[in-house]
Amino acid sequence: MLQGLETQDSNYDKKNTAFAAETRDLVKVYGQNRAVDNVNLSIPNGGIYALLGPNGAGKTTIINMLATLIKPDGGSAKIFGHDVRTETHVVRQLISVTGQSAAVDEKLSGYENLTIFGLLLGLSRSAANRRAKELLEQFELADSANKTLEKYSGGMRRKLDLAASLIVQAPLIFLDEPTTGLDPRTRIQMWNIIKRLVKTGSTILLTTQYLEEADQLADRVAVIDHGHVVAEDTPHKLKAAIGKATLRLELASEKDLNETMRITEKMLGTKPSNPEPALVTAPMANPDSVTDLLIALREGSIRLAAVSVLEPTLDEVFLALTGTPKLEGVGQ
Amino acid sequence: MSAQKIIPPEERDLKNRISLRTTVVNSLTMAYRSLLLIRRTPQQLFDVTIQPILFTGMFAFLFGGAISGSVQGYLPIIIPGILATTALTASIATGVQLREDMDKGVFNRFKSMPIARIAPLMGPLLADLVRYAIATGLTFGIGYLLGFRWANSLAVLTAAILVIYAAWCVGWIFAFLGTVAPTTQVVSGISNAILFPLAFLSGAFVPTKTLPSWLQDFVNINPLTYIVSAVRQLLNQGTIGNDFWLSIVGSAAVVVIFVPLTLRFYMRKA
Ligand SMILES: Nc1ncnc2c1ncn2[C@@H]1O[C@H](COP(=O)(O)OP(=O)(O)O)[C@@H](O)[C@H]1O
Ligand SMILES: [Mg+2]
Repeated sequence: MLQGLETQDSNYDKKNTAFAAETRDLVKVYGQNRAVDNVNLSIPNGGIYALLGPNGAGKTTIINMLATLIKPDGGSAKIFGHDVRTETHVVRQLISVTGQSAAVDEKLSGYENLTIFGLLLGLSRSAANRRAKELLEQFELADSANKTLEKYSGGMRRKLDLAASLIVQAPLIFLDEPTTGLDPRTRIQMWNIIKRLVKTGSTILLTTQYLEEADQLADRVAVIDHGHVVAEDTPHKLKAAIGKATLRLELASEKDLNETMRITEKMLGTKPSNPEPALVTAPMANPDSVTDLLIALREGSIRLAAVSVLEPTLDEVFLALTGTPKLEGVGQ
Repeated sequence: MSAQKIIPPEERDLKNRISLRTTVVNSLTMAYRSLLLIRRTPQQLFDVTIQPILFTGMFAFLFGGAISGSVQGYLPIIIPGILATTALTASIATGVQLREDMDKGVFNRFKSMPIARIAPLMGPLLADLVRYAIATGLTFGIGYLLGFRWANSLAVLTAAILVIYAAWCVGWIFAFLGTVAPTTQVVSGISNAILFPLAFLSGAFVPTKTLPSWLQDFVNINPLTYIVSAVRQLLNQGTIGNDFWLSIVGSAAVVVIFVPLTLRFYMRKA
């Protein structure tokens, strides 16, 4: 059945557009340093894909190769089926990039910057002017439209840089650490913009050092370390793979605590703890045994106020995968 | 952002080549950008404004008496000389400005956009035409104020076009330097090392006949000498001679050699 569908797809179009981006054994070497070392990624068309990794992992280098800014030293990369090396111009028509540092003219005003990029993208003079005004308003920069960027704050500059990437909405949008250094309010704004872009048909490939961000935004995550992909899955499955979900039992009455601890240890086979007088938590290796535990508690006439399962954080995932706790904490 | 969906990639008409028309339009947009940048930093115009004014006044009054007996008599010699050296200085600035421009963050955006790859290079070079025009106009203006009278207006127009054309062609040498040199300092260092002997060991400020013979040999192979002579002949006699054609052909040769070279090195980085 699935195979049949695939054949149909490939008849419909020779280019494989199931993937917004695909890399095979992608390599970039700087001197002795293999900054990107045989990276294989398949980024589905649609949705948000995150490259998660500490500083120096190789995230920016991967983005730069996919965005035709630097040439790979080995392997291949395709954007909607088009080779980044041989079909450079086609690829550039399908992408837009917002890099880690602002790529705008410091000496020009926000309005002039956006107008010039619009003209370069083939808009007419009036369309370019209109689009520039629209974006400045949308990004709450209208008051500073005619100031040169030298007078912009860091956050304003990043917003303008993103606006410049959205003059014409591309099918694949690269965002390299889009929220690093932003205040919480602007970060939420940025997240909302990203979600809207996906709704209107774009694929987002973003990089981040924040666990919370990958977890909240991304449909799939590739964890990058030292130029390698160390894991790739949905945020949920990545966490599940580590298998350290925690069961959390809130008791209706404190007097049942000792009995609950005893039954939990017996049924789950792991040692529970009680961080609060009416709270029992226990590592949960096998979800099936939870059913048995709950039945046993009912038979023992122990009443529960709440039951919940805590998934492990991506921090724990990263630690488990690489043995090094290198990621920054949530929300820093 | 509207809720409307964008056109999916497979339904787009995509080409891996850029049409000539797009290349021209992109280059003109980049020229517009360069002109905006010049307006924001008028210091960029010092070399084409202050220099012609200062040099014409200074040289005329300093050397006028010594070389030609009077300021009036010296003007026909010095005005073409100032014109050519100012244009040369202005074309040298091209290299430094291009290097500075290429080091800006915005160049990364240009590189990832679906635009003609030579457009970011053509923009500043096209905007340079305006700088050369300012330099030429100012030099003629100050010359006129000091009492210089040229043969006829067609001659002065032809001379202006010759100088702007030659400056633009020679500008490619420095655009090439700007593209290959690692830093702005290297570009300006090399450029100045070229500028001074070319400007002063030429027929620009003194009649060649007054020089010692070994110096005359150098002056006679200095391309600037030919441009200066062509301009002098145009302005003073209103005629076109061998020097004019040599300047046209020589400048064209510079373009033929340096445009492909510059593009090659520029593309490698872009
Ligand atoms: N232009 C360059 N020259 C030399 N080394 C580089 C260059 N760019 C990146 N690197 C190195 O490649 C590695 C990956 O860098 P980068 O992709 O920027 O990481 P990330 O974006 O994940 O922080 C780092 O060790 C970095 O020092
Ligand atoms: Mg980075």
